[in-house]
Amino acid sequence: MTTVTMTVNGKTVTGEVEGRTLLSGFLREGLGLTGTHIGCDTSQCGACVVHVDGKAVKSCTMFALDAAGATVKTIEGMANADGSLSVIQQSFQDHHGLQCGFCTPGMVMSSAALLAENPKPTEAEVRHYLEGNICRCTGYHNIVKAVLAASGQDVPAVAAE
Amino acid sequence: MHNFDFVKPSSIADAVKALSGDGAQALSGGQTLTPTLKQRLAQPSVLVSLTGIAEMKGVCMGADGLSIGAATPHAVVAREAAKDYPGLAALAGGIGDPAVRNRGTIGGSLANNDPAACYPAGVLGSGATIVTNKRKIAADDYFQGMFTTALDEGEIITGVTFPVPQKAAYVKFNQPASRFALTGVFVAKFAGGVRVAVTGASNNGVFRWTEAEAALSANFAAAAVEGLTVSPEDMIGDLHGTPEYRAHLVKVLTKRAVAAAH
Repeated sequence: MTTVTMTVNGKTVTGEVEGRTLLSGFLREGLGLTGTHIGCDTSQCGACVVHVDGKAVKSCTMFALDAAGATVKTIEGMANADGSLSVIQQSFQDHHGLQCGFCTPGMVMSSAALLAENPKPTEAEVRHYLEGNICRCTGYHNIVKAVLAASGQDVPAVAAE
Repeated sequence: MHNFDFVKPSSIADAVKALSGDGAQALSGGQTLTPTLKQRLAQPSVLVSLTGIAEMKGVCMGADGLSIGAATPHAVVAREAAKDYPGLAALAGGIGDPAVRNRGTIGGSLANNDPAACYPAGVLGSGATIVTNKRKIAADDYFQGMFTTALDEGEIITGVTFPVPQKAAYVKFNQPASRFALTGVFVAKFAGGVRVAVTGASNNGVFRWTEAEAALSANFAAAAVEGLTVSPEDMIGDLHGTPEYRAHLVKVLTKRAVAAAH
């Protein structure tokens, strides 16, 4: 076992991990942050997306030791300081951007990364950016609406593709 | 996953040393290797992460062309090469999905040489030079078949240098689930001639379509390849497409790449 230290949601954390311990496993089992979901474990579905040094990554496809010293943000770190939902989270609720909710942590983290890079994306840009996040409930329309609304843009009738 | 020791050196010299041990395996982003380890298709005893080496990161324009550090993620290439080599930047920006592009690296992609990966087409199509800790390897000598390269045991790609063409474009036909190229074609027009590299199609990995190169060097227009045929022999056949389908795609995508080149 090796000791790993990183900053997670603003706090310095330290834990014992194996070489093979994935970042997703360290967050969930080491730190109890089970908001990061493991859907496929093959880097296809995006339910495990977190931010590492500000960049969206699939935490099931990064080793915990590769994140040593990094700044990590998970879905548990997304709410406002007073505990109210962040703009993106609130927008997912307002626009019914989830049904079962399993993909939602990854969707929110990817959406936050998109809006940090591109504050006013088009509908096509939102759909393209969320290619690596799979949802089997919503058909994506309400997720796309939620992201567009969170960017402060009018939400058009999102066309079915 | 079987367990292994994990090390993350901060210099090329330390990485070379770490890779000289028995059962050591390089990891450069891990967007392919990590799933491979999960399936127990590889069992290294030591995993050597190459993404902590500052001298292997970055994009810069020099006298020899555009140099990209081997540990530079696709997302950085997409952004930082856009001005100097837009055709290559667009290729990098189309690999996988945004989260994959934040971790996957050019060196990792080239060392793996997946027959359906995008970067091998860009590197072979540009006639780029692969720089390792030991030597420089021309792209024409580097790719040696599916998952096979000129790299020796323990040799590390440290960077890639691209001559910048007058015009270039990469067009791929996505396999929608994996987002790998079902077939992809990179076309680059240099003052001295045109290069055409094809990925995703052949059982032998990335290859140059030399007949199209000759035709396009004489006349850089989509119509120039109209009369050519691509043999389905040695093309990949799987549930996503037959060898004949891929052979057809090679010509269609070449024409699209010529039309899109800028």
